[in-house]
Amino acid sequence: MSIRNRLLISFLLSIPLLIEMLGVMLPGGMMATVVLTSGVMIIGGGPFFISAFKSFKNHSSNMDTLVALGTGTAYLYSLYAAAAGLHVYFEIAALLIVLILLGQWFEELTKSRASNAIEKLLGLQAKEATVMRGGKAVKVSLDEVVVGDIVLVKPGEKIAVDGEITEGSSTIDESMVTGESMPVVKQTGDNVIGATINKQGSFLFRATKVGSDTLLAQIVELVSKAQASRAPIQKIVDQVSNVFVPTVLIIALLTFTVWYVFLGAAFIDALLFAVSVIIIACPCALGIATPTALMVGTGRGARMGILIKSGEVLEAARDIKTVVLDKTGTITEGKPVVTDIIGDEKNVLLVAAALETASEHPLASAILAAAKKNKVTVQKVSAFTAIAGKGVRAKLSGEMKYVGNRALFKNNNIALDDFEVELERLENEGKTVIIVGSKTEVYGLVAVQDQPKATSAEAIRQFHTYGIRTVMITGDNEGTAQAIARQVGVDEVIAGVLPGDKADHVKALQSHGKVAFVGDGINDAPALAQADLGIAMGSGTDVAIEAGGIVLVKNDLQDAFLALRLSQKTFGRIKLNLFWAFVYNTAGIPIAAGVFSGMGLALNPALAGTAMAFSSVSVVLSSLMLGRTKLK
Amino acid sequence: MDKSIVLISALVLIGLIIWWFFGKRQTESVVATRQGDKQVIEVTVDGGYKPSVIELARNIPTEITFLRKDASACFEEVVLPDFGVRTHLPVNQPYVVVVNPKEVGEYKYACGMNMFFGKVIVK
Repeated sequence: MSIRNRLLISFLLSIPLLIEMLGVMLPGGMMATVVLTSGVMIIGGGPFFISAFKSFKNHSSNMDTLVALGTGTAYLYSLYAAAAGLHVYFEIAALLIVLILLGQWFEELTKSRASNAIEKLLGLQAKEATVMRGGKAVKVSLDEVVVGDIVLVKPGEKIAVDGEITEGSSTIDESMVTGESMPVVKQTGDNVIGATINKQGSFLFRATKVGSDTLLAQIVELVSKAQASRAPIQKIVDQVSNVFVPTVLIIALLTFTVWYVFLGAAFIDALLFAVSVIIIACPCALGIATPTALMVGTGRGARMGILIKSGEVLEAARDIKTVVLDKTGTITEGKPVVTDIIGDEKNVLLVAAALETASEHPLASAILAAAKKNKVTVQKVSAFTAIAGKGVRAKLSGEMKYVGNRALFKNNNIALDDFEVELERLENEGKTVIIVGSKTEVYGLVAVQDQPKATSAEAIRQFHTYGIRTVMITGDNEGTAQAIARQVGVDEVIAGVLPGDKADHVKALQSHGKVAFVGDGINDAPALAQADLGIAMGSGTDVAIEAGGIVLVKNDLQDAFLALRLSQKTFGRIKLNLFWAFVYNTAGIPIAAGVFSGMGLALNPALAGTAMAFSSVSVVLSSLMLGRTKLK
Repeated sequence: MDKSIVLISALVLIGLIIWWFFGKRQTESVVATRQGDKQVIEVTVDGGYKPSVIELARNIPTEITFLRKDASACFEEVVLPDFGVRTHLPVNQPYVVVVNPKEVGEYKYACGMNMFFGKVIVK
């Protein structure tokens, strides 16, 4: 029988007993009272007794042991008292069962709200997909989609699996997986994520990941592992709960003995003190203090695209003093873009794009993108030559053109003239400058820079408001690094660091306090592991499961800040829950035992039952509040 | 007179509680059986985990079948934190938990509220 039904029946059977408590005599007298209470004990309390007996046989004990002993004592004493013609306490036994069931029912209701993050994530999955098979569009169920399938997605449909667009374009709502609230524009060649929703256009994509390889499946796995994990702080609780129930039983026996034997209290008063001790001590709140907070915290993170991997991470996030940020791809976009064009814009871009299209230089793509944006057509060149470390030259419309650095133009005795000043200014801004010209003159300059993401400066400001020092680490030269640092406002720059040495720098910083490292999961794995807290930035479609204690799905530095705050808040909530549960149990026992009864402070069994029932509910509610608490 | 009887019986009861709950007991451990390329073992959940200690061989996919006979809310969930498992157990229906023990060691597991414990030994 469900807890709800047991509660309902027990409550209905208890109503007459409660009315009798008010002094109204009911028909049937003592016999009716015994029958009603026995009904509550059997239907409502039966499972407690069965479970208590089973674990007793196993030399162990649980909260059912306490419930069974507490209510059983009141019930059996009342049976004896009824036979002996003394005052009975049946209503206490019945009321305790009702209250405890009420507490359990509330707990069940609230707990399912705390733990449904995984179900919500799984519910995002598409059920079917339209796949091109033999030139025709066929609807198949999700598990029939294989890697390499071409999938058709119409407006409003869910994207079934991860893949790459082969035809068409659209705006896609990825908020449910990445936490990104704005719809994203995607076109041929872009990656799409399974379980996200196609807004407007129709497109075809090739499935690249299916089943347990998809981003969503990886997120689900990560979150469920985190929710099964344990915060180290809980070890104390584990040790306590091992001995808790037997200890409470001993305290209850001592309470009875001291009151009855040494203080000369009446038998029934001593007994009621002992029953109160047993009832108030139910360690329910203690048991759920950590898991519920962990579930709500990690669940909220998952909805924001912040994947916290375990309870240990939360503890590591506690006193972070310094955040070390990788530059490329973390603070910056990770790909250079054209920021300035000096000279005749069209002409400079035309020459630069024509020559760079044949080059494989990393800056070439930035220039070609700028040409496309400015609607400059890329023309054909001949006699193309790459000059190592300097640039390129080629014939465009019959004339030799040059695109490259200072050295290229100096070697060919082409004077920079008026552009010299601009060149220096741009270089001081940390930009890479490409000079464009012919044999006789310089046409202009193109400045390229890997620019900070729009949100980076704000994220760094947020770290500062919480007193966290920010350090940027990069392989770039000092000039470029300082220029970016000025734009985003980091406290300190460590430039010219080889990829393998990042972990050593993190280690050095750790001598001043706990360090978090934010970087991409693949190149920065050693530094992520070295730091007290590793936060791996997501690449959009792949979760770097192995690296970092926290994985961000979205590539946004503000999420690193939110991740740190969420971890701290969740850990704080666990501590608060444990504190209250402990205080509640340890302070409640002496009160229930009647230690303060001389001062008028005492708990009768019914009050103890109410307090016990709502202690666990209050812990769950406290955890649920974590889902709404402000992070900034 | 009756007070000294109460006192003596209370002391005897306390002694019995300590002996019953805290006394050192030999725990039986059961070794998982090989079935082709996997190993299987059954754990009955009834007032505790039986057997309470199970032994697994390293690097072999393992199916632990939990059979929950105890309807008490205490056994609703089983948590194996080291294997990343937190799951609900249905009553009177076998439920298979798949783990892959990679490192030698002793791993405690527990019910959702940390009141009942079992142990996995990986050899």
